[in-house]
Amino acid sequence: MGTLCHLRRLKTRLVSDFHSWCTLQAPNAGGKLLPRIYVTRRIPPDGMKILRQSGLCNIEQWDSDEPVPRSELLEKVAGIRGLYCLLTEKIDAEVLDAAGPSLQVVSTMSVGYDHMSLEELKKRGIRLGYTPDVLTEAVAELTVALLLATSRRLLEAVDEAKNGGWGTWKPLWMCGYGLTGSTVGILGLGRIGAAVMARLKPFGVKRFLYADTGPRPDMATKIPAEFVPLDELARHSDFIVVCCALTPETKGICGNSLFSRMKDTAIFINTSRGGVVNQEDLYQALVNGQIAAAGLDVTEPEPLPTDHPLFKLKTCVILPHIASATVATRNAMAALAASNLLAGLQGKAMGKEVPL
Amino acid sequence: MFSVKAFSLVEAIRLATSCSRLAGRLIHPAVCHVHHWTKRSMDSRWSYRTGPNSTGRAGISAPQTKVMAKQERPGLLILEIGGVCGVLEGHVELLKKQFHLITMKEFLKNKESLSEKIKSVFIYECRPVIDQELLQSLPHLKVIANSGVGVDHLDLKLVSSFGVKVTNTPHAVSDSTADIGMALMLASARRLVEGCQIAVSPQTERFAADWLADEVTGATLGIIGMGSIGYKVAKRAKAFEMKILYHNRNQRKEEEEQAVGAHYCEKMEDLLQQSDFVMLVVNLTPQTHRLIGKRELELMKPTATLINICRGAVVDHDALVDALQNGIIKAAALDVTYPEPLPRDHPLLKLKNIIITPHIGTATVQATRMMTEEAVANIQAVLNGLPIPSEVIPQ
Repeated sequence: MGTLCHLRRLKTRLVSDFHSWCTLQAPNAGGKLLPRIYVTRRIPPDGMKILRQSGLCNIEQWDSDEPVPRSELLEKVAGIRGLYCLLTEKIDAEVLDAAGPSLQVVSTMSVGYDHMSLEELKKRGIRLGYTPDVLTEAVAELTVALLLATSRRLLEAVDEAKNGGWGTWKPLWMCGYGLTGSTVGILGLGRIGAAVMARLKPFGVKRFLYADTGPRPDMATKIPAEFVPLDELARHSDFIVVCCALTPETKGICGNSLFSRMKDTAIFINTSRGGVVNQEDLYQALVNGQIAAAGLDVTEPEPLPTDHPLFKLKTCVILPHIASATVATRNAMAALAASNLLAGLQGKAMGKEVPL
Repeated sequence: MFSVKAFSLVEAIRLATSCSRLAGRLIHPAVCHVHHWTKRSMDSRWSYRTGPNSTGRAGISAPQTKVMAKQERPGLLILEIGGVCGVLEGHVELLKKQFHLITMKEFLKNKESLSEKIKSVFIYECRPVIDQELLQSLPHLKVIANSGVGVDHLDLKLVSSFGVKVTNTPHAVSDSTADIGMALMLASARRLVEGCQIAVSPQTERFAADWLADEVTGATLGIIGMGSIGYKVAKRAKAFEMKILYHNRNQRKEEEEQAVGAHYCEKMEDLLQQSDFVMLVVNLTPQTHRLIGKRELELMKPTATLINICRGAVVDHDALVDALQNGIIKAAALDVTYPEPLPRDHPLLKLKNIIITPHIGTATVQATRMMTEEAVANIQAVLNGLPIPSEVIPQ
């Protein structure tokens, strides 16, 4: 199997080299001989610039801020060599079949790749680029922002200051929970989890715990954070922050068994993927006072239907998936995704590639 | 990282020694005056500093103080227990251990006998109101213990003329207030309030990829007033890789600056011109009243955000409305206003580029408890003639 893959890659590389050669040989061919790529959305300028200036590809784009309709996507991908997509596009056998054997590289402008069918990509020898690292700071920063906003009831407070109850002061009115002397538990200690802990440390956190598939001393020692089973993380944490990737193993991992073990004063924060949370169970945990509050930057689906019961809870703060939504980060993501795509087209090593 | 941690451990002890050595010359960093700008003459009762014995956390926890025999418990006057401005019911036990609690109602009913017993007053949410009449009726009063840092509701000169000391609780509130400063900065930069509205709005069909905010990571934070709260903000901001500038009457020691990577701006103007976020953490005194007005706002970058977590009157609200409406600065985030609450038709409430919270800097379960503990420790220290953890001295 390994040899087969190797051969496939070698073949891709040779073909790609051949194409590069063709490009070089036919510089005036009006782009016709250039490999076609499809970009599924209007993307930040830094990314587009890299693609355009490379002279390596013929770009077709869904020129809109809205996601491309599925039918349009299926039509446009036929015969392309590279696909530049966002996490709104589900890339499965249907899309890959529609693209046909010419497709060589998929580059997603996201750190998560749960919208990709990895098996299908692997089967076809298609390489996959993604954009980790460049959004670590932005996501960690938003995670702390959401944690503070949730625990200190910022949104409720803003509403009170503007419209409501200010003046009818009661002793514990608008009282939240502070970080000083608290225990913070991170579910999934990767780059983002470690960056969240580093930011929370000067807030006077007493103890950091983390749960993961195994100990991560490389990330944990400098904090320091203790590796514990999920049950223990739930029992001891005043704040639980979910930073893990969505995989079949983590799907719905935050459900009743987690919430029922948590402190009734604990705050639950999720900035990873909505799918790791069982939203029914979370709703019940909040309504029944099993936990104090929740802050979610991600839900399943996105956006949540407006009549969703979680919206009715003052103890649940919901954001529209903005963890990486900063000008600097989106540009960096767009640029990295563009260079990943170009590297893939040329059969070169990508800046960030998902090993398949 | 390591040096920050080490610093926080030794900070209290070292400052304690240096302060007592230089008593009278050095101002404790819990209080920071910015008095280069006298803008308007004001009642001098607002000018004060924290006493030289104001150290770190040592001595603020109530259990460390001696529990007196029941018959000796000194009288402590409070407004009431529970209710809108009364002492939290959960804190009554803590107070009763040390003091004979007397409510205002009980005192007014039985002034003659109770006035002999009352040695201290505990002020919670600015109540009870301290005036000449009350001070005259309490001949044995030694100390007024304020819960919270700001004492702009007290006439310090008047209190002092009765030989009564005033204490506050800077140590108890510094963490929770610094946290709110960070929360407001992050919420404003990352457009959290707007984001929430998008997430819940029935009009939202999908999340737009081009809805973007600014990062605090790598940005420049200017802290005006580098007291204990300002310093804690700097510590937190350092973890976000922010460039930190500060303006204070006194420059901090080099090792204190280095521990948080803060650069001193002797002139506030320099700080205003360079900062992406300007955070106000000063005491309200005649010198800091309307410290930030039209001129100061115009010095700020048009992309900058003003954050106020100290007292509303430090900012000229009319100038702020104008600056926010005309793009002189990008946004503001205020936990404090003047007055509180703002009149319901105040123009600040109608702006989109502002976040206002209802003075929740100290509103955490932990901070309210620690405020009462620190007040208890202050009273005990005054009554026993011991060094006072946090004394407020009128100037």
